[in-house]
Amino acid sequence: MNTNPTVDPVIEADNVDVFYGNFRAVTDVSMSFGINEITALIGPSGCGKSTLLRSLNRMNDLVDGARVTGTISFQGEDIYGPDVDAIEVRRRIGMVFQKPNPFPKSIYDNIAYGPRVTGMKPSSMDDLVEEALTKAALWDEVKDKLKQSAFGLSGGQQQRLCIARTIAVKPDVILMDEPCSALDPIATMRIEDLMVELKKDYTIIIVTHNMQQAARVADRTAFFTALADETTGNRTGVLVEYDTTTKIFEDPTDQRTEDYISGRFG
Amino acid sequence: MSTLTTEGGPATPGRPSALSSRSPRYGEKAVYAVLRSASLLTILITAGILVALAIPSIEFFQHVPVTDFLFGDRWAPRFADASFGVLPLVTATAWTTVIALSVAVPFGLGAAIFLSEYAHPKLRAVLKPILEILAGIPTVVYGYFALTFVQTTLFREWLQLDTDAFSVLAAGLVMGVMIIPTIASISEDAMSAVPQAMRQGSAALGANRMQTTVRVVFPAALSGIIAAVVLGISRAVGETMIVAIAAGQQARIVEGALEQGQTMTGFIANAALGDSRVGSLEYDTLFAVGLLLFLLTLLINWISIAVVRRFREAY
Repeated sequence: MNTNPTVDPVIEADNVDVFYGNFRAVTDVSMSFGINEITALIGPSGCGKSTLLRSLNRMNDLVDGARVTGTISFQGEDIYGPDVDAIEVRRRIGMVFQKPNPFPKSIYDNIAYGPRVTGMKPSSMDDLVEEALTKAALWDEVKDKLKQSAFGLSGGQQQRLCIARTIAVKPDVILMDEPCSALDPIATMRIEDLMVELKKDYTIIIVTHNMQQAARVADRTAFFTALADETTGNRTGVLVEYDTTTKIFEDPTDQRTEDYISGRFG
Repeated sequence: MSTLTTEGGPATPGRPSALSSRSPRYGEKAVYAVLRSASLLTILITAGILVALAIPSIEFFQHVPVTDFLFGDRWAPRFADASFGVLPLVTATAWTTVIALSVAVPFGLGAAIFLSEYAHPKLRAVLKPILEILAGIPTVVYGYFALTFVQTTLFREWLQLDTDAFSVLAAGLVMGVMIIPTIASISEDAMSAVPQAMRQGSAALGANRMQTTVRVVFPAALSGIIAAVVLGISRAVGETMIVAIAAGQQARIVEGALEQGQTMTGFIANAALGDSRVGSLEYDTLFAVGLLLFLLTLLINWISIAVVRRFREAY
């Protein structure tokens, strides 16, 4: 039962299946992601939410044997279309990972990396770096040590650096795959505040295991679960319910959603 | 409130406490002793070689001034009118080494990049062992390949190049091929060890595979890659059989790649075949050249460590 809310979509998934080899990790997902909104994907481990997220900017292309059927369109264009360049897709739809993964370079070079490789010609790289770090609420903490290694930053700072790095290439959408799971509560709070700030300019889609996090930041929430195939026993991820966060958390339609939200399952 | 029982409490005198060792662990002590002597042995052997090189060299330098040795351009230790300028040997070694590296570094790193970043894992599983077989071919085979095929057939018959029976080019090229697997294998290990998260982070910013390789993976793996190149240089400088067979035996300053020349190792190999009397000046000459070779290799290692410290991006 997919109760898709009406949104002003920037990304639309239509009957999407994702396979790894012969294994179907995600089955028949149809949903739209609203522009300048935060959409949270929640659900138990193995429900395919991270897999779905990675198929939204073709990061799954890097995984051997990964395959997507159905349609995923970005601003109306099929991102798996024959003339589409996956690299261009990723420039428009950036990604922040579970574990902070700064490059072993200076803070400055981490931010300037994306603009450099994508051939952006900013009038001033210094200004672009400052702007990205400011938007990611990191500028004041690092402005005096831009030439120092990013590895000297704390975990939370590293994750904000990764967000700043993503912002620097000026994407339209930022995908976040459990961005706070390696962080302490205070660093988590700062990232959450940052997400709310960033949605003025960007569309954010976040996978999270933390239901309170979804409740705090997301405008809409999609609940996924894993269903076992009756004949083969293989488990595959399905979308159970997708609605405004308030509706999902206060008055879910599906019993499974309610069980998960209330902690009875998952 | 009950009183504490003595069981598990402080040990009574004469009885072992609950936390004292239950066995003397002789096995562990033996393993420790074996491992420690193994590591000490490597240091001792190195020191022993250094002493063995130094003592005859000191003898040598009592007869030949160091400056005459290092900067003289005529090498004729066995002539009546003996001369001990080592520059001819050094130039021949420099030529063969530079030629070998200009083959081994690009092809070795290219192979490493292909295997680590582009090749399908199944292809890599097949290719890497094959590459490493190259490293197992005896150098005498490479030496005769250089002499009979590269120099004689390829250079003189097919290409009609103006060259004699030997050349530093033939020896250097074949030596380069010999070193490719060393550089490829070690740099491939270094690049494969760079965390996948780095590549994903780069891809998510819109970098293509080449940009990710050159700007992220390569700098992160730099210390391993430099180590591979340095090992390649050391092998090229120290390689004996190929140059003894294919580079020539005439010790003279080498001015072109098609000339023949005798390298430092080539001289040692050749002279060692003859009947140099132990303790003679001629005999000590071998050790002086050997010491120079040793110091050159050490210098290259020091420079490379400095380079790695300066440029690497440690992850």
